[in-house]
Amino acid sequence: MKPFDYVRPATVTEAIAAAAQPGAVYLAAGTNLLDLMKGNISRPDRLVDVTHLGGLDGIERLADGGLRIGALVRNADLAHDADFARSYPAVAEALLSGASAQLRNAATVGGNLLQRTRCAYFYDTASRCNKRDAGSGCDARHGENRSHAVLGWSEHCIATHPSDFCVPLVALDAVVEIEGRNGRREIALEALHRLPGDAPERESALEPGDLIVAVRLPPVASGFAAHARYLKVRERTSYAFAMVSAAAALRIESGKIIEARLALGGVAAKPWRARGAEDVLRGVAPTADAFQEAGWRALTDAKPSGDNAFKIELARRIVVRALALAAAGTPARLPALPASPFASTTGAIHA
Amino acid sequence: MNHSISLTVNGARRDFVLDDPRVTLLDLLRERLHLTGTKKGCDRGQCGACTILVDGKRINSCLALAVSHDGADILTIEGVARGDQLHPVQAAFIAHDGFQCGFCTPGQIMSAIGMMSEAQAGRDPERIRECMSGNLCRCGAYAGIVDAVLEAQGHADETNQRRSA
Repeated sequence: MKPFDYVRPATVTEAIAAAAQPGAVYLAAGTNLLDLMKGNISRPDRLVDVTHLGGLDGIERLADGGLRIGALVRNADLAHDADFARSYPAVAEALLSGASAQLRNAATVGGNLLQRTRCAYFYDTASRCNKRDAGSGCDARHGENRSHAVLGWSEHCIATHPSDFCVPLVALDAVVEIEGRNGRREIALEALHRLPGDAPERESALEPGDLIVAVRLPPVASGFAAHARYLKVRERTSYAFAMVSAAAALRIESGKIIEARLALGGVAAKPWRARGAEDVLRGVAPTADAFQEAGWRALTDAKPSGDNAFKIELARRIVVRALALAAAGTPARLPALPASPFASTTGAIHA
Repeated sequence: MNHSISLTVNGARRDFVLDDPRVTLLDLLRERLHLTGTKKGCDRGQCGACTILVDGKRINSCLALAVSHDGADILTIEGVARGDQLHPVQAAFIAHDGFQCGFCTPGQIMSAIGMMSEAQAGRDPERIRECMSGNLCRCGAYAGIVDAVLEAQGHADETNQRRSA
């Protein structure tokens, strides 16, 4: 690990000033950053430790019915907050399907959003990677790439974003609150992560010094609580990143879908909102045919980036099944294996 | 630049001066305090051998910078027994052969203690397996580990019932 300076600012303003310098990065739990630093993939000159800043670790119900989650709330604390899990069950299920209990106890909300890709070529410093070393090339493009992107990729980068948490958050129109050198601003979570294009080294809309201070869910987000699921296919049942995942949330009244929300994980460099699929579900009955149509619409623009054409069909089926599970109703208690297709949930509809 | 921190380790306050901020909690425990029960397996957050409790929560000590945990309360495997009286989870691991080579065992036990306080798994073997998935055992002693945790959870439940009765 390269040597670095460590600073612990007392205020957000001090933190922003310290982190705006070239070579500086924020440190929260460090569950991803320290791993990257040990592998010489990230080589920061300065770590700005934000874990001792006050006021960033609360879960706050807003007067308008929304929810504000501080950036330093631990993943496990959020998932195990009973009110939160009841109101946003797909988000809790996604959180608990990610990483291990030890990592969820440490990892923060803000850090989860900004975690880096798990592309093996990004991690292997002997390989060419445009994300790690801009302009060097992409060895994944013609390498071992069965787990790589099928949506939104470019010739410069075919990596995926690994977060589970972000997938239902994007479906529910989460907003990211950012403090920066020019004060506070907010952007849709959907606009936080960038597609690679010809600059895959630029992964987010954040500017130097920008600090995510909170994630907000709008008032309507809890309206999907009765029909919301996260489903995640991975190469082992627990403690693995998504090959493909989907968050599905429905509002059903009088036998018809009033509103549908759908997002995919593991398929692109960002959590992938499938608005076309949501559109075909509006106003129709929650039937297998409707969900099949949504599955086709969600993957209309998909194309293999290598040896991964199977992910497109897999993603269609995951969409159909996630929608069917959501339509069947959110279970009173999360299954023993959160988000797993092998979970023994009573009442599950198999697509 | 030196960084001064203080930690409570197994009930005792310890002060440190770090001349390099790269020191992890794992390395601090092993190299400075010679508490070598906490194991360095992968050193990358994948195996769980380094699991300790920080402020009551189980984490991977290999992915935690010591300098960032100034003021934390730390419990390691060396701090769970009371003298010669083993912690109930330790006793259950012995009773159920929850190990073979023993390298992962301190992490498994610390993880099980943390898991029981999280109160998510209860006595459901499938939930226990899921909640313990951050601890790898290359000898494959998982069946014994699950049995040990089940027994320890049973004892804890009985104790709690007696207390509330």
